[in-house]
Amino acid sequence: MTDDPLARPRNIGARIKRVEDPRLLTGQGRFTDDHAAPGALHVAFKRSDHAHARIAAIDTAAATALAGVFAVYTAADLDGLVGPVRATSRMADYHPTDIHPLAHGRVRHVGEPIVAVLAESRYLAEDALDRIDIAYDPLPALSDPEAAAAAGAPLLHDAAGTNVLATRSFARGDAEAALAAAPLRVGGRFRFRRKAPLAIENRACLAEWDRGRRLLTLTLSTQVPGIVRDLLADLFDLPGHGIRVVAPEVGGGFGGKASLYPEDILVAALARKLGRAVRWTGDRLEDLATTSHGFDEIIDAELGLDRDGHILALAAEVIGDVGAYSIYPWTAALEPVQVVSFLPGPYRVPAYRGRVRAVATNKAPMGPYRGVGRPVAAFVMERLVDMAARRLALDPAELRRRNLVQPAEFPYRAASGIVWDRSGFVECLDGACDAVGYAALRAEQAKARAAGRLYGIGIASYAELTGIGSRISAAPGMPINTGTETATIRLDSTGAISAAFGIASHGQGLETTLAQVIADELGARLADIQIIHGDSAAVAHGTGTYASRSAVLAGGAATLAARLLKERVIRAAAHLLEAAVEDIDAADGRVFVVGTDRDLSFRELAKAVYSDMGRLPREAREELEVTKVYDPYFGTTTSATHICALEIDPQTCKVRLHRYVVAEDCGRVINPLIVDGQVHGGVAQGIGAALYEEVVYDAAGQLLTASLADYVIPSAGEVPVIETLHLETELPANAGGFRGMGEGGTIGAPAAVANALADALAPLGGEIFELPMTPDRLFRLIEGLKAPGKGA
Amino acid sequence: MTRPMPRTVTVTVNGAVYTRAVEPRLLLSDFLRDELGLTGTHVGCEHGVCGACTVLIDGDSARACLFLAVQADGRSIETVESLGTVEALSPLQELFREHHALQCGFCTPGMLMTGIDLLRKYPLATDAEIRAGLSGNLCRCTGYEHIVRAMRAAVALRDAKRDD
Repeated sequence: MTDDPLARPRNIGARIKRVEDPRLLTGQGRFTDDHAAPGALHVAFKRSDHAHARIAAIDTAAATALAGVFAVYTAADLDGLVGPVRATSRMADYHPTDIHPLAHGRVRHVGEPIVAVLAESRYLAEDALDRIDIAYDPLPALSDPEAAAAAGAPLLHDAAGTNVLATRSFARGDAEAALAAAPLRVGGRFRFRRKAPLAIENRACLAEWDRGRRLLTLTLSTQVPGIVRDLLADLFDLPGHGIRVVAPEVGGGFGGKASLYPEDILVAALARKLGRAVRWTGDRLEDLATTSHGFDEIIDAELGLDRDGHILALAAEVIGDVGAYSIYPWTAALEPVQVVSFLPGPYRVPAYRGRVRAVATNKAPMGPYRGVGRPVAAFVMERLVDMAARRLALDPAELRRRNLVQPAEFPYRAASGIVWDRSGFVECLDGACDAVGYAALRAEQAKARAAGRLYGIGIASYAELTGIGSRISAAPGMPINTGTETATIRLDSTGAISAAFGIASHGQGLETTLAQVIADELGARLADIQIIHGDSAAVAHGTGTYASRSAVLAGGAATLAARLLKERVIRAAAHLLEAAVEDIDAADGRVFVVGTDRDLSFRELAKAVYSDMGRLPREAREELEVTKVYDPYFGTTTSATHICALEIDPQTCKVRLHRYVVAEDCGRVINPLIVDGQVHGGVAQGIGAALYEEVVYDAAGQLLTASLADYVIPSAGEVPVIETLHLETELPANAGGFRGMGEGGTIGAPAAVANALADALAPLGGEIFELPMTPDRLFRLIEGLKAPGKGA
Repeated sequence: MTRPMPRTVTVTVNGAVYTRAVEPRLLLSDFLRDELGLTGTHVGCEHGVCGACTVLIDGDSARACLFLAVQADGRSIETVESLGTVEALSPLQELFREHHALQCGFCTPGMLMTGIDLLRKYPLATDAEIRAGLSGNLCRCTGYEHIVRAMRAAVALRDAKRDD
């Protein structure tokens, strides 16, 4: 039967146009703020303009008196209504923090919500904000994480007893001894500054309480409707079917919409209390000041090698500035711990010691951001490798080749304990070198250098664990299962197919790719398949879309469920077509007896099963609905090599990217168009992280980058043409053969750009230890290198 | 503080004439979304940087978040809803789909309206010109490459028609 061309997969692997697009292109996509809710009360928040202070008094009388204002709430008004949430973890040496919907006596970062005004319109609610007086008793602001970690520093959270909210260490062998004995050591203090996820749609929520049915519906711009539902059910002591969390169209997330925020909890609680619709749509200032930030680590790292360039040992001490609260549900450990667990990268590192501290400061909470820890890990490790190559006068590609885990060595247990399954580490490096024309590019660089131009080439190789199963949580010790995914596939009485999942697509095109998987596995037509997602009511348990999990886990669940459903369809068809099960197959929405013209459409088959009683024996009428939960248990390895060529304008310090090539192994590609798009978008964010994007707080904890004029993301003029190469070395042994690839672009790009910048500055003796390398930082670096007595 | 008196405005939006009494401070973006229910125009920053709210005012692209509804009195506005429909996409919309020039779709209406403006006015002979033209519209998902390709194809389509 498999020889039948009709039975072969024809959707998976094809550049299929997205199902989602027509509604989004015509303005018919309905994002949270697009949902009409007549009579809804609009919320505006009075937020802290202090980094750290006690709230001495709040006067809301004038605001309450304003026409059009319905009510004004402070923390005191919430007693008995809704309490704090706390991100717990089984990690030792971890301290959770209480997160209140409104500041409870004390503020710990600029932008923290203190007072909520409910009014007939957002305009009126904002008018009322101007009439609120808050008296603060300022407390010392902790802006520097090293100072915050020091003994005797003022405490942000008295209950924690320390500002170090989490510590963790990893060790293999005796890294210190191996380093001491290493013939070559390179290292230094690396700094990757704080960045913002910056989805173009700001956070927004709309809560509606149906008094009659006692049903709370929360329409929320979130990546994790399932996690939000489960938490609110606990918080409000409601049954799961008493709360429905719907993530409609979501205008980008990138990790920033993967957490539960105080505003969401407050809006939900007030709608329930008031029996009215309550809504809040954040503005850009609120987004930059309160949506979780990414990165912000100091890394002291050292790499030891032998004279042939083989890595002997790696040691790193990491401080993560996690901001004012341990973010729900991921915890403050998430980002900085991943820096240390992924630092050894795709290399053989015989001895490793990595230690990390997550330190609270008076800044917005740190949370998941695309790549989580790994962009910082790749930046440091790839810099170390290039620094070593320079010292050894070896080509950076060659030094990588000598240290990458080789094909025969998989599965390989990395120095931090992560197990890499077979992935194209070496193949991606070679593929990227071929695609970029590495030798010719080096020749071009030599010419440019001879002409005095600052032209650099940067390579970055990395590996990531994607599609993580139930064995470990996506965040260390987090008591929430992120490792399973549910698919319920139903062939209804009209022959149409609906498939429900716990994922929540917000740009990834999962309505298309999951339909492609089901179409091939079930033998259905793409047009007959509807994907239901982003709705906590869709399946019994779901979390959402984050951590490069959805194609692997939902694709796997879809594969398993569709296979079972196909068996049932074929058994029914065997009766109807009077043929043996072995002789029947399905393709393109029809079941047929192979090699004959005897067939039925899915619609005809469904009518026979559901409606046309008598056509099938009673015992042959099986349910045409299948639910399968898929748990890959471990994760699977995605790897890539990025190569870029760039030039620094010595006059303006503007960086121009000439070439950018990505070779990656994400297993079986479901839709090359979508994979390309994910890579392009990830690389663009990584370029932003390397050159432009920085959330800046001053020493007093004041936020200086609260607009898009101050927080700069790349526009079409800054992002180069990005060339991609997809390699399938060996498919992972999971259902479907897919690997996750939503984050990789952002992991590789900062490292590749940093290495290219260092390469461009090599004639001056320059190295790069800090990102983003803004024009200002580049200028100061170059001036320093030119100064007498400095540089090479 | 007393609220200012509403003013009556008459605006043509996508060919239909609307007369409404609005507060002088009402933004055009909020007017389109909340008064007229045309939620295809999105709001991303309200300070004129991201371009998500781009519409055409008397044929020129403009930020609806930097424009007051009262300023639109007597003018003609085109929004994304003036282009094709789900059943029949416009040529530029179809090319955006074909080249996967959108992911989350939030910036897309503004990107399309800017694209229409560019295609009507400029030769767009090089990708650099297309990128410069699009540089006032921020997209966080696509890395712009596919948008540039869609625009390049739209330029080819436009120029082929002109040569007819």
